[in-house]
Amino acid sequence: MSALLKVRNLSRHYGQRIGCEEVSFDLHPGELLCIVGESGSGKSTLLNTVAAQLSPAAGNVHYRQRDGEWLDIGSLNEADRRRLAREEWGFVTQNPRDGLRLNVSAGANVAERLMALGMRDYGQLRGIARSWLERVEIDPARIDDAPTGFSGGMQQRLQIARTLVTQPRLVFMDEPTAGLDVSVQARILDLLRRLVNELGLAAVMVTHDLAVARLLAARTIVMQGGRVVETGLTDQILDDPQHPYTQLLVSSVLTT
Amino acid sequence: MNTTLILELRDLSKSFELHHQHGARLNVLRGLNLRLHAGECVVLSGASGAGKSTLLRVIYANYRPSYGTVHLRHDGRWIDLAKASPHEVLEVRRRTLGYVSQFLRVIPRVPTLDIVAEPLLQAGADVHDARQRAGGLLHRLNVPERLWQLPPGTFSGGEQQRVNIARGLIVPRPILLLDEPTASLDIGNREVVAQLLAEARAAGSAVLGIFHDEDMRDRVATRLFPMQALEAA
Repeated sequence: MSALLKVRNLSRHYGQRIGCEEVSFDLHPGELLCIVGESGSGKSTLLNTVAAQLSPAAGNVHYRQRDGEWLDIGSLNEADRRRLAREEWGFVTQNPRDGLRLNVSAGANVAERLMALGMRDYGQLRGIARSWLERVEIDPARIDDAPTGFSGGMQQRLQIARTLVTQPRLVFMDEPTAGLDVSVQARILDLLRRLVNELGLAAVMVTHDLAVARLLAARTIVMQGGRVVETGLTDQILDDPQHPYTQLLVSSVLTT
Repeated sequence: MNTTLILELRDLSKSFELHHQHGARLNVLRGLNLRLHAGECVVLSGASGAGKSTLLRVIYANYRPSYGTVHLRHDGRWIDLAKASPHEVLEVRRRTLGYVSQFLRVIPRVPTLDIVAEPLLQAGADVHDARQRAGGLLHRLNVPERLWQLPPGTFSGGEQQRVNIARGLIVPRPILLLDEPTASLDIGNREVVAQLLAEARAAGSAVLGIFHDEDMRDRVATRLFPMQALEAA
C-alpha cells in the first residue's frame, strides 16, 4: 500500500533550542500513528510542523491528496495550505476552546466547516449537524446552545464532530483526552476508535499516555529531547522496549 | 498428515537488556530451531521460566528477536518476520498469524459481540457477517447471549477467556499461537476449545501452543517441543 504522508528529516528550532530534529516517518491511509514522550520532548512541535502550522527549519513533508497527486507542503502558498486544511485535513486541539468558536451554537460549529466547502442549504446543514451531534453522543436538543455551557468532555466531543464532519482524509490530534476526567476520557477514546475505523481515517495523535497509544495506534513513535528514539509497532514498543528512555517510560506506568 | 511447511524458526535467540537494572541482561532463548507444518499441533513443554511464552511472543513479532529468523508462509510466499516492516507484520497478523493469550484485553464500553467480531471486520468481512460469526462462536463457547451486548470488563475470568478465544479464532488463520488459552476453563469448555482447534487443523491451520493441563495437552498435541531454561548468563 502506498503512503499518504511522508515526513523526511523534519527539524524545527526555537532559537538555539531544538523543537524537533531530523524526524522521518510515513503514514498510510487508514492508519493511526501515536507520538509519545514527556512534556518538552518535542511531540507537539513535531505535530504542528507536520501539519504546516509551524514552518520547518529543515526537511520536508509530502502529502498525497485526494486526486492522487503528491504535494510538497513546504512549497505551498498560504491559500493552498488553507484549502488543504479545509478540504482534506482536520486538527483536534488539546483544549477544545482553541478549536471551537465559542460564541456560536453547537450546530453552527459543526456546520461551519461544511459551509466553508460551499454547502448552503440550511435544512441540509442542520440535518447533518444534528446527526453528527448524535454520533458524538451530544443530545441534538442542544443544537442551538453555545458550547460555553458544555462540560469539557462535551466540548471535546463537539470539536471532534466539527473536525470530522467534512470527512477529512488526515487528522492531527494533540492530546485530545488530556485534562479530562478518566471516565470522560474513556468515552472519547471509544468514540475516536469507532470513528477512525468507520471513516477509514488516517491520523497522527500526540499523547503522553501510553495506554492511549495501546488502545488506538498500531504504530508508535517515541520522542525524547526533540528526537525519535524508538519507533515500531505499538505492542512491540510497550512490551519489549529497546531504548533506555522507552524502558523508563514503560516501567513508570502504574498498572491497576 | 499434510506436510506443507508453514513456519520455520532458525537459530532464534532472545535476550532482554534492562537499561535501568544496571544493564542486566536476561538470556531467554538461544539457538532455537523449530519447523511447523500445516495441520500440526505442537505443544511447548517445559518448566515455568523455560521461555515458552517468550517464544510465542517472538514469533508473533510482539518481542523482537535478538538473533535468527522467523520465516512463515504468507499469501503463498515466505517472509521473515524478524526483518519485516511494521506494515508487513500487521498484514501477516491480520490474515496469517493469530495469537491468543491467557488474558482478554478489555476495551472500555465495547460490547462483547463487537470485541469478538473486530478481527473479522479488519480482515474485510461486513458487519452483519462478522457479528453473526461472532455470535456463533460465543454460542459454542457457552457465553450466554444476554452477555453479548455488555463489555466483558465485569465478566468472570473463565468468561473473559472464552471471549478471548472466540476473538482469537474468528478469523481462520494458517498459524495459531496459543498461550494457555484454557487455563481457567472447566472441562466442558476445554472440550469445546479442543474441538475448535481440531476443526482449525482439519482446515489446514497449524497450532503452536502452551497447555499446562496434561489432559488438554494429550487431547490436542500431535507432537511436543521440549524447552529448558538457559543457564544464567
